Amino acid sequence: MIVSIEQLDGIAAEHTKKTGVFGKTVKICCGTGCVSSGALKVYEKLSEFINAEGLADKVLIKKTGCHGLCERGPIVVFGDDEILYQTVGKRNLEDDARLLLKTIREGVIAENLLYKGEDKTKRYVSPRDIPFYAGQTRVVLSQNGILDPEDIEEYISSGGYRAVYKALAMDPVEIIDWIQKSGLRGRGGGGFPTGTKWRSCKDAPGEPRYVIANGDEGDPGAFMDRSLMEGNPHAVIEGMIVGGYAISSHQGFIYVRDEYPLAVHRLSIAIDKAREYGLLGSNIFNSGFDFDIKIFRGGGAFVCGESTALMSSIEGKTGEPRAKYIHTVEKGLWDKPSNLNNVETWACVPHIINKGWEWFASIGTPESKGTKVFSLVGKVKNTGLVEVPMGITLNEIIFKLGGGIQGNRKFKAVQTGGPSGGCIPGEYLEMPVDFDSLTRLGSMMGSGGMIVMDERDCMVDVARYFLKFLVDESCGKCTPCREGVRRMFEIVDNICSGKGSKGDVEHLEELARAIQLGSLCALGQSAPNPVLSTIKYFRDEYNVHIEQKKCPAGVCKALTTFMIDAEKCTGCMRCASECPVGCISGEKKKVHTIDQSKCIKCGTCYDMCKFDAVKYA
Amino acid sequence: MEVDAAVINTIIDKYGKDKSYLLAMFQDVQRQYRYLPKEAIRHICDMLHLPFSKGYEVATFYSSLSLTPRGKHTVHVCLGTACHLRGGPNILDTFERELHIKRGDTTENGLFTLESVNCLGACALAPLVRVDGHDYGKTTPGSVKKIIKEYGEST
Repeated sequence: MIVSIEQLDGIAAEHTKKTGVFGKTVKICCGTGCVSSGALKVYEKLSEFINAEGLADKVLIKKTGCHGLCERGPIVVFGDDEILYQTVGKRNLEDDARLLLKTIREGVIAENLLYKGEDKTKRYVSPRDIPFYAGQTRVVLSQNGILDPEDIEEYISSGGYRAVYKALAMDPVEIIDWIQKSGLRGRGGGGFPTGTKWRSCKDAPGEPRYVIANGDEGDPGAFMDRSLMEGNPHAVIEGMIVGGYAISSHQGFIYVRDEYPLAVHRLSIAIDKAREYGLLGSNIFNSGFDFDIKIFRGGGAFVCGESTALMSSIEGKTGEPRAKYIHTVEKGLWDKPSNLNNVETWACVPHIINKGWEWFASIGTPESKGTKVFSLVGKVKNTGLVEVPMGITLNEIIFKLGGGIQGNRKFKAVQTGGPSGGCIPGEYLEMPVDFDSLTRLGSMMGSGGMIVMDERDCMVDVARYFLKFLVDESCGKCTPCREGVRRMFEIVDNICSGKGSKGDVEHLEELARAIQLGSLCALGQSAPNPVLSTIKYFRDEYNVHIEQKKCPAGVCKALTTFMIDAEKCTGCMRCASECPVGCISGEKKKVHTIDQSKCIKCGTCYDMCKFDAVKYA
Repeated sequence: MEVDAAVINTIIDKYGKDKSYLLAMFQDVQRQYRYLPKEAIRHICDMLHLPFSKGYEVATFYSSLSLTPRGKHTVHVCLGTACHLRGGPNILDTFERELHIKRGDTTENGLFTLESVNCLGACALAPLVRVDGHDYGKTTPGSVKKIIKEYGEST
């Protein structure tokens, strides 16, 4: 049991001594992305070699959380960011593991495992030099990829739980003042000032009070919360203890999506360990303050990311939202004052306590302080997680960190804010990324998903996609959302099938207004955003679908035909072998043809062709 | 399906007969039987003094719960935004065609259940497929056939 700062320092010193005997450290990313790319096999193979060579007491092989550059996984990092190897084991596990061993033993750098630059000639040794990492300011993610998330002593030796110790010596009101002055705003989507929320909850009458971490990361395309819960669970727990103390709560809940089993696993280990070390439970650091945390698994309902629905779900009911004229900070979980923050928001708290509110407030823009983690996905070259200061431009994120568009196609739009957000076109690439700028553009920050789209993406299809998503996920409690979004989907679906008629766009706009005004929760109120933003910036595309019955991007199946250009086809057979219905005929080195009667218009041939020979109209 | 009352009782006791863990109990039952039998809902509701309608409401609200028996392997095709843009719908179509079932259904031999999911949070590896908790990234129609073969042969 840890009751004093000396004991905390003692554990840290002991741990440093224990790991110090190893001459070398190899960190293998075991985030979800790298695991599905084969990271665990790399770990096993390398461990096997290390043991066989009798180096087990000289080399520390660590399984860490997500390094962020998921596109290039599995990622392996040597020492303190000295060398980064990417796509390890992708070509040949045995060979690559030998190369790792060679680096460990002889310090020889394996050139073909290094990250290559745009022009394919420059190779980067240290991750610090790779533009994807060099352009980031890592605060919340600073320990991700460094710590073994299942080892509490590692977290402690990296300065962990010092914020709890420091906070418990402060006055709760002072802590809230700090959070308020730091300018921290909710990272889950709303952007509500965290300090204000804490204060309202503290001041609300009623006992007991609850603190909740929202880990029901439902926005498709966003996975920063997952990465945090999997990669650095103690940071979330530490933030919650501080929050619990500040608002006089003794019970916390972490609500995690059912789709994130690894996050549940790592959080469970972290909570058990924290209890074992006396950092959760009664009389933490001999302060007289008691606090504990329970994990709650969701059931695969997107709406449960909404605070009132989430609380209803924890109560064992269906996750239906309620009107918020009574705030959850006054009457939330079991009608008691409840303070809910997003996972990333909680993970910011220990940093603010440790480094001071002035430090946090010095990062970002006047209205949006600190850093924000974005999941950069879609048609961008370097997909993965990036943490940047608020106020950086979209251009910097997508082109500098992200390396631009895959296949050097043309950028078309970036979708932010999930199903509540919108699509931002190229002319706004120089806009700063902060809460208010994105809202002004008709989108929103949301939880931080950034889905990049190129010229091969149809904006009407994207609108259709989000409407379908929302039709599936509407809880059905209020009519505007349940019926209205469905009607919007039908109209857009008709447009995509070539059955659109004049006046459809205006009809959509009218319905959208009614849904915005009449829906019960933020989910319904923001449901029309993907449609409204695409109409706002890509109205022409809607018109071409409706009037000319054409899909300029070649996505809407009813409006697209694929053909092979005989001039360009080299007869490589690639499209024919990948065609899922086998409708492409042709021999090697002879021009191929598509049997239109069998073609399902999936576009696989277009994506596969390296010679630009597949065309669509 | 015969439901073993003793097994269900163990699950109820694990959560201290606390009604707020209804969803968690259902999830545990599903893990045991690969679906949530109606008799189990009834039994849990009786034990917790809840009307059956309450249990049924919860069981049908959450998409991770299934009231019909599932196949030996559950295939989840991710249709999150990134997967949608990178060809997720084609992956789903290919599974439907190859397995001769629609999403939500189970093959006649009871080997595969095909489901779609609205984001698994591994968007950098889109399009993603998860089979029994194992993730396959950057899938193509070609790799779908391999996945089916892999699981089809292992049984």
